[in-house]
Amino acid sequence: MRALLALSLLTTPALADEIWVTNEKDDTVSVIDVETLEVIQTYETGERPRGITFSKDFSRLYICASDSDTVQVMDPTTGKILHELPSGEDPEQFVLHPNDRHLYIANEDDAITTVVDTETREVIAQINVGIEPEGMAVSPDGKIAITTSETTNMAHWIDTDTQQLFANTLVDSRPRHAEFIKDGSELWVSAEIGGTISVFDVETQAETTKIDFEVDGVHPDRVQPVGFEMTEGDTHAFVALGPSNHVAVVNAATYEVEDYILVGRRVWHMDFNADRSLLFTTNGVSGDVTVIDVAERRALKSIKVGRFPWGAAFRPTD
Amino acid sequence: MRKTIIALALWGATAASAEIDIPINYLHQIVPQPPTLSNLDPRPEQLGIDGASLGLADNLTTGGFLGHKYVLTVTEVAPDDDVIAAARTALASSPYLLIDAPADTLTTIADLPEAEGALLFNTASADDALRDDACRANLLHTLPSYAMRTDALMQALQKRRWTDLALIEGTHPTDRAFAAALTTSAEKFGLTLGSRKEWVFDADMRRNAAQEVPLFTQDLRDHDVLLIADELHDFGRYIPYNTWEPRPIAGSEGLVPVAWSRVVEQWGAAQLQSRFTDLADRPMQSQDYAAWAAIRTIGEAVTRTNTADPATLRDFILGDDFELGGFKGRPLSYRTWNGQLRQPIPLVHASALAAQAPLDGFLHQRTELDTLGLDQPESSCTAF
Repeated sequence: MRALLALSLLTTPALADEIWVTNEKDDTVSVIDVETLEVIQTYETGERPRGITFSKDFSRLYICASDSDTVQVMDPTTGKILHELPSGEDPEQFVLHPNDRHLYIANEDDAITTVVDTETREVIAQINVGIEPEGMAVSPDGKIAITTSETTNMAHWIDTDTQQLFANTLVDSRPRHAEFIKDGSELWVSAEIGGTISVFDVETQAETTKIDFEVDGVHPDRVQPVGFEMTEGDTHAFVALGPSNHVAVVNAATYEVEDYILVGRRVWHMDFNADRSLLFTTNGVSGDVTVIDVAERRALKSIKVGRFPWGAAFRPTD
Repeated sequence: MRKTIIALALWGATAASAEIDIPINYLHQIVPQPPTLSNLDPRPEQLGIDGASLGLADNLTTGGFLGHKYVLTVTEVAPDDDVIAAARTALASSPYLLIDAPADTLTTIADLPEAEGALLFNTASADDALRDDACRANLLHTLPSYAMRTDALMQALQKRRWTDLALIEGTHPTDRAFAAALTTSAEKFGLTLGSRKEWVFDADMRRNAAQEVPLFTQDLRDHDVLLIADELHDFGRYIPYNTWEPRPIAGSEGLVPVAWSRVVEQWGAAQLQSRFTDLADRPMQSQDYAAWAAIRTIGEAVTRTNTADPATLRDFILGDDFELGGFKGRPLSYRTWNGQLRQPIPLVHASALAAQAPLDGFLHQRTELDTLGLDQPESSCTAF
């Protein structure tokens, strides 16, 4: 059976691209075919997989196996774990430096950001940050890394040359996710309990504006921005609003919210397909992934995955 | 070695901020507890204090980036010693005081001339009067009141349509207070409390609960749920599975409304739980949570206002911009009419969270959290 499958794969070279999703409470990753919108593979991982990202050439998949206290490196063509990286305790979320080599890892239980060299497999720095570090970002030029800390409520700015903090800026309560946008000139940080996204001018590390959200029929307390991703050209942000079960569409030029899209329950993180026409959101409580038509701004389909899907990462196959 | 250097670098990076010192006192009046039938769950020696210590650690980490230094001093007062004198001493050193003491001690301390302009936190008394006519302007409450807990329970029972209730209550004043709150809440949410009986046995139920409890519960009128008011956890643990009718138990045993429990693990709570068990080597309890929340309230206010002035902090804490991440899925804030920390109430049993109040469908014009406990029109507190 396996041989047959392998044969059929070999004879169909035009494989569809994939979305990989970590299932936090199943200790697996689900692989979704972007064409058929179906789960085509499920691979086992370490305990409590959360953060997920590919190497720049997509030949290796990095997975934060939080309760196994390690970052696993998987061969995405076989689903085999190649090796593990020292990650510090309880790695939750990470970001890969543009040099394709250094992983910046948030150690949620330890108030530390760990920097790991994926080639030598050694820890090259550990940086003390606030309580419960989670959101991780790195600037496009690779000079700045960001850790946000959920209980300290700060964005910590790390100089990647010295691996030291050079600024700490307060944000609203429980920051969850950070992204550099517009060629690295702006930093956006979502605050789950604060219900906002803070926009920073990277040059001065000063907050320039704050984005608020308001979903009809949902109490503001339950509108909780978490993960977000930018459309082509950084014109719009799609923002997961957690237990409000909606994704917001924010105009990145005016900072106005233009739309709210109903998705699955407790929407958390997301990623796009290759041309960013489709968006895949992880819905933790309903245990599925919602596929959003980006142009139409509506949900197309829900795809059942494992228990408590958390992170999502795109992989092209050609 | 590496960590040391990093710590130095960290301080170097933040040296520009002005230093602010925030000393905080924690006062525990030790009250002798009556004996209970079982010794399975003794009061942890550092109950509450461990929660305050964790809050301090959280504040110190944040403060490290801002030049804010917090110091916590714990004073434990033996039953025969003068708790008011200890409170005076504490207030002379800092306006910030957490208190684990009975309601009458709390109001006496709040009325001291030394307490004027101070910010006191009640972290251990659920007494409803403290949120009502016995409230004080300088006294905030981070532990939920009895009314908040019993309102939470009644919402859950109403949601299940388990509306006919019976009650067994102990004779300790805390049992009486909890039973009174259960009665009020049942009425508030339209449930019917039929039979109620007092538990006055002096036999050892560890040996004969299976013989005594069925008979004791035989004459209770028809009910869906049997409520237990036994806040000392004396006899209640012997009631489940020994009742005449097969009925779920709720209140002080069975399904219990709490401020916190080790079974709360959603909303990032797993992280708070593991930080606490690392520190205290035991699960976090409601009083630990209340003390943690009090210290974090001070920390959050200092962080956002960059001052240690108690009047400024009080204004901020009671203002619209205050919100505390409390690992219960919603921002926590204070009621401006009685100083109570509004918060969701987990409904737990021994091994899991069953539900969390406010439950869906219980609405309020301000926030659903205000369906729990004394709402503004109900409270006769005028000090705020």
